[in-house]
Amino acid sequence: MTWISPLLFLIALGTGVFLFARRIQSILKMIRVGRPDLPSDQPIKRWAQMMRLALGQQKMFRNIPVALLHLIIYVGFIIINIEVLEIVLDGLTGAHRLFLNPLGTIYPLLINSFEWLALGVWVACVFFLVRRNILYIKRLRSNDLNGWPRTDANLILAIEIVLMSLFLLMNASDTLLQTRGIEPYATAYTGNFLISQYLHPLLSGWGDASLIFLERGCWWLHILGILAFLNYLPYSKHLHILFAFPNAYYAPLEPKGKMVNMPSIQQEVELAMNPAAVTTPSTEPPGRFGAKDVQDLGQKNLLDAFSCTECGRCSAACPAQHTGKLLSPRRIMMQTRDRMEDLNKLPPDQRTNDGKSLLHDYITVEELRACTTCQACVEECPVSINPLDIILQLRRYLVMEESNAPGEWTGMFGNVENNFAPWKFSPEDRDAWMRVDS
Amino acid sequence: MSLPPIKTMAEWLAEGKEPEVLFWIGCSGSFDQRAQRITRAFARILQKLEIPFGILGKEEMCTGDSVRRAGNEFLFQMMAYQNIQILNGYNIKKIVTACPHCFNTLKNEYPELGGNYEVIHHSVFLQQLIDSGQIRLQEGGIFKGKRITYHDSCYLGRANQIYDAPRKVLEALDVELVEMKRCRSKGSCCGAGGAQMFKEEETGKIRINIDRTQEALETQASIIAAACPFCNTMMSDGVKLAERESVVQVLDIAEIVESSLNFSE
Repeated sequence: MTWISPLLFLIALGTGVFLFARRIQSILKMIRVGRPDLPSDQPIKRWAQMMRLALGQQKMFRNIPVALLHLIIYVGFIIINIEVLEIVLDGLTGAHRLFLNPLGTIYPLLINSFEWLALGVWVACVFFLVRRNILYIKRLRSNDLNGWPRTDANLILAIEIVLMSLFLLMNASDTLLQTRGIEPYATAYTGNFLISQYLHPLLSGWGDASLIFLERGCWWLHILGILAFLNYLPYSKHLHILFAFPNAYYAPLEPKGKMVNMPSIQQEVELAMNPAAVTTPSTEPPGRFGAKDVQDLGQKNLLDAFSCTECGRCSAACPAQHTGKLLSPRRIMMQTRDRMEDLNKLPPDQRTNDGKSLLHDYITVEELRACTTCQACVEECPVSINPLDIILQLRRYLVMEESNAPGEWTGMFGNVENNFAPWKFSPEDRDAWMRVDS
Repeated sequence: MSLPPIKTMAEWLAEGKEPEVLFWIGCSGSFDQRAQRITRAFARILQKLEIPFGILGKEEMCTGDSVRRAGNEFLFQMMAYQNIQILNGYNIKKIVTACPHCFNTLKNEYPELGGNYEVIHHSVFLQQLIDSGQIRLQEGGIFKGKRITYHDSCYLGRANQIYDAPRKVLEALDVELVEMKRCRSKGSCCGAGGAQMFKEEETGKIRINIDRTQEALETQASIIAAACPFCNTMMSDGVKLAERESVVQVLDIAEIVESSLNFSE
């Protein structure tokens, strides 16, 4: 009968990992719908950028107290995974605390540090729940988050609190069973741990059988919880813990002020201005000018959308949002992701013709018109997302494919084209500033 | 005070000479009455320091910054093509401009279209001249001890990481430099970028320039320093709307430096 538990564990682990891998595959497929634009140049600079922004969380430290709490959760998450490795191996082999013998005296040190981190994660998550729901932080109360996104955020924090509680409760019952000489706990003797020992008074009245049941229950719920969370991850905003890395790697290395060039238009204009200069005119059929839907966006834009954790630092810094305009850079990212998910739910043959598009049906013209291209959203994003790039591509479509511009802009285009200045002044007066007295 | 004559690149070429630097004026600096004063102030600095410079004069055209950000890539490419033809035709190597939008486009967007120049914003140019001792400022000049707040231009700051140069220029004047709540990389936009300068703002609770000017006025500064003609327009409008124009001035750093130049030595 000893094989039943490892078999059940193997099935749970296999299912969890399989479903996670399948979902990631599906997300990568959604991203590949975009124009291939992921850069492969300057790998050393890109690795350094990834280490600095994703691993080092440089942007988070613009707000130090929050950054430290976030760091505890992040480090806790990574380090406690060493413990998860033991749990997985225990589960597969039917052993109990497999790492105790090989590690000897280091083992209690290790578990003690995990317990400290678990407590830290627990406290940080409780604080973040309070901050999100009771304290008033504008970006966390914004209408952007109405409905599922708000629940999603609270659910993630709640799950982490539950997982950490299970871990501590499991250790508490284990060490209590050790002192009672119950096997296999007594053989794998570790002594009390720094944090979970304080839970002993809660459990001391419990009988041996109930304690064993509690310990096993916590063990199973902890690992099943982790597998479930792993699968929740790619359906939630929490995916940023993985995607922050490729997203920082692929983020532009150039100054933020540089707009992405459109070589097709460059060539067309060169050909029009000087037909002799272009020796090899492009044979490619001209694509769409700008972006109307997610297929027209770059793969980096779509990776951005899946990396967004909806923290709203972009929108808090956005001058348009700050002064009550409709534009919210966070919403641009959320709508882009929603559009991809909505398309993905359709049968493949309907995905190009569902009568909707990102522009107009998900993101309105008024939002796009409010942007001052100030790059505050790009500057603030801790995971290297660029909402501005999407806004500008949609603007290009509006102007070049729909001729949809406010009257003042149409006038400005005319002035620039005819008078070489955005105002209606004669080019003859361009040097008049020299002659006017100040 | 009228300016001594300034040579165009065509005139330099006719003399068979090349100036040290091209002063790119930009559309604001050419046509906007307020920005023309900034242009003249910077030109006067160059003249007084006897730095050989040229302008394109009537040959200069809009860089295309605003039309590109509005979405009109065709028109941007047309402007870029024509400007690059002219700049390359005169064999231009170094450009200085007082407009961060022109600066950003010339520096970051023209190279891949065939226009490669060393492009310097006037704030950096002025800082270099102060550091090298070429610009000497009056001790106890008219700005000494004055409370000044510097408003970061998006296209200098976030776009190109130029935060210190304009501040160092002001500090050289022995002023009391005070920062707004949102400054440097967190600095708020004046509301003019992305072609907003040329259209009505979208509906909201408050105009961006009024919001930003409020923040500047809260510092109790008597001068709001800017380094961008668009920012200057937006902040000046904000000060006027707040009816504070009698006590608070909006000045470009070139104007501030020009009126503090010391020629006694």
